[in-house]
This record gives sequence, structure tokens and C-alpha cells, in this order.
Amino acid sequence: MANNLDVLVQSIISACCPVIKKNTGFVRMKDLKFLIACHECDLLHLRRPLPPDGTARCIRCGAVLYKRKRNSLNRVLALTVTGLVLFIIANAYPFLTFRLEAQVQETNLITGVIELYRQGMWIVAGVVLLTTIVMPLLELSGMLFVLVPLKMRRQPWKLALLFRSVRSFRPWGMMEVFMIGILVAAVKLVKMAQIIPGMALYAFMILIFILAASAAALDPHIIWKTLD
Amino acid sequence: MKPSPLTAMSASLISCHSCHLLCKAVSAAKGLAAVCPRCGARLHSRKPNSIARTWALVIAAFIFYIPANVLPITKVISFGKAQADTIMSGVIYFVKSGSWPIALVIFVASVFVPLLKLFLLTFLLISVQRKSQWRPKDRTRLYRITEAVGRWSMTDIYVVTILVALVKLGSLATIEAGPGAIFFAGVVIITIFAAMSFDPRLIWDAQEPNNERRKQP
Repeated sequence: MANNLDVLVQSIISACCPVIKKNTGFVRMKDLKFLIACHECDLLHLRRPLPPDGTARCIRCGAVLYKRKRNSLNRVLALTVTGLVLFIIANAYPFLTFRLEAQVQETNLITGVIELYRQGMWIVAGVVLLTTIVMPLLELSGMLFVLVPLKMRRQPWKLALLFRSVRSFRPWGMMEVFMIGILVAAVKLVKMAQIIPGMALYAFMILIFILAASAAALDPHIIWKTLD
Repeated sequence: MKPSPLTAMSASLISCHSCHLLCKAVSAAKGLAAVCPRCGARLHSRKPNSIARTWALVIAAFIFYIPANVLPITKVISFGKAQADTIMSGVIYFVKSGSWPIALVIFVASVFVPLLKLFLLTFLLISVQRKSQWRPKDRTRLYRITEAVGRWSMTDIYVVTILVALVKLGSLATIEAGPGAIFFAGVVIITIFAAMSFDPRLIWDAQEPNNERRKQP
């Protein structure tokens, strides 16, 4: 079986990249670093250097294999710090205020979660808490714990586990969907009462863009490579 | 005969799902899971039990979809009178009051997207089980759609959260979440897990000319 593997991998390496052709013999870990399998169709490709901001796609199914980002870690670090500051503002200040004549109801981001919990809807409250507060916070702070030591040229604490978790939290942060929810709720209530946006709402809106920008600026391969 | 495309599996390699490092597929000792030497994630050539898990989650989501739409998602209590609203009655309210765009947003996010996702996943599962050769690239695209749209169904849950937080005017008007919200949140979360557990590489495995699976270590 090992022989079979060597022949196959050698053949595509030599077909794709004549430079490594001389390197005959067994396939070593080093050679495997030149290859990448498409995560959506499993086709093997040779990793090649990309121009800045270039994207490598799978030739068979079109999935994005890897990207090259300019100055990735610095940009992500800057956006992460900004994101954390905005996150604090978004949670500490009033979010939306509901005013009907003399009645004023001021809310924070977490008020809805608490209210749902009080009504016995703890499952729904938990889902909202996780997707709008806990996951974004874990993602932002996790990135900080990964990037700050890397910038100080130190090995981050439990980098593999930490970065793997950060990557798995990402799909569960749904702040941009929450924004659509705010819009719908505002339209629903606007005929009935006055809805006043608070400071936290603006911070929240900017935070959505910061998170998207940070996701676009991140080249995870740079961080994985530090583990080699 | 077309030459077989060289996949990681056919070369006895496993691509780490987390850091994309290619590892040689070595047989792990019994009771020990193979882990990626670089990032420590568990290694498997294909997502484990992908078809069975995805089917289980899709069926569960179909079942949850019924109470999610039949049971009230919000209850407006005003002067002691309670009015229950389902997802569809909310959509109808917005159509009647002339807020077409909002009605469309709720309809698409809460009714159309979950159903679309479930039917797409069902189609993908059946096509993979029948080892279909039909347009694998387009089916991979369909899979990407199911992955991308799922999160937007949370909209209605967030609307309920915000309404519940804002409208607390005592006897004048109070909004409470209804039992439909639990099932609806269930549908959204279960379908996200279902999309995650489906392995699009199975679509391509059926395309290999000699479709015999290599000996799995």
C-alpha cells in the first residue's frame, strides 16, 4: 500500500512541478505539504504560490482551496481589537428604546434573552444567547489569544486547540441575521410606538462589518504553518 | 475509459478537515482515533456516518417543521385579551398592512429557506445513495447553497426576542413567545447540523470510473 501511495503522489508531483521531480524515493511528510486535497470533492492539487489577494480554486468542483491575503495577521489583529471594543459597547449601552407616550422601555442586547428565559423559553433564550453574544465573544477573544503571542513571536498557548475552536465558532455567530430581525421588529412596532435606537445598536452595526472584514482578511494557512 | 481522477482517498491520504494537512492513512491502533499531527483534529477520510446522520437530522427537522408553523410563535396580550400569531399569520399581517418587503423577508427566511434546505438535502442524500452520475458540479453547488442560507432562518427567532424585550407595557400590551418558537429554533439548528454532517465528497466518489472503494485502513 505504501508503494502504491508513493507512485501516485510522485506522479502528480512530477507532472505538476518539475522542480521536485528530482526528489525521487519515498513520499515524505515534506512532500505532502506541497499538496492539498479539495475539501468538497477530495481532488488532489499542488499548492502553488499565489499573487497577493489571489484565490486558488478546485479545477473540478470550483471550491475555494486557499487564498493569499496581504498583511493578513496584522489586519485581523487590528479588526479583532476593534471588534472587542465594539462588542463591549454593544453590550453595555442601551440597545433599543421603546416609547409609548409616557411609557419608556429601555433594552440592552441581552434583555430579550432574559425575558425569554423568564417566560420559560430557555431553549430559545439559550440559542439567542449563544448565537448573538457568546459565540461572537469567544471568536473575538480566541483570535486575540492566537494573534497577540504570534505577533510577540511566542508560541500561543494551546494554539492548535484554540484556533481549531475559533474556526468552529464562526458559523454560529449570527449577528448579521440579528440585524435583519431588528429591522423587521422595528417595522412591526413603528405604527404602535416610537422606537429609539441606542448607542449599542450603532456599535452592533459596525461590529457586523468588522467581523465580516476580519473573516475576509484571515488566511488560516499562515497560522497553521506556525505549527509545522 | 477515463483515467481515474487522483483524489486524496485514492492515494491513501486523508485531508485534515480543520487545517487541510494531508496525512498518510495509517491504520490506527484499535480504540485509538487517528488525529492530525499538526492541529490535533480527528482524521477521517469522509465525515463519519454522513448519510445516516444527515438523514436522521433531516427527518427530525421535517417533523419539527410542522409544529413550528402550526403553533403560535408570539402571543400578544392586550387588555387581558390574547392574540396568538403563527409565522404565516405574521406574513399575512405584513402583506395586509402594505409592508411587502418585510413580508417577503419573513416568508423567505422562515418558510421558504428551511423547506428549500430540507428538500435540497433530501435530494442530495438520495442522489448519493443511488450513486448518481448526474451533474456533480451542480450538486456540489446545491450543497453550498444549503450551507450558506441556513443561518438566515434565525431571523424570526430574533424578531420574537426583540418584540418580547421591547413590548412590556403591563396590562396595556405584552408580547410573549409561543411554543412554535421552540420548534422553529429547533428546525433552524437541526438543519444547520444536517448541512454540516453531509459530506459533498460523497457526490464525487460515485464519479470514479471503477467505483470500488480502496481498502480503508
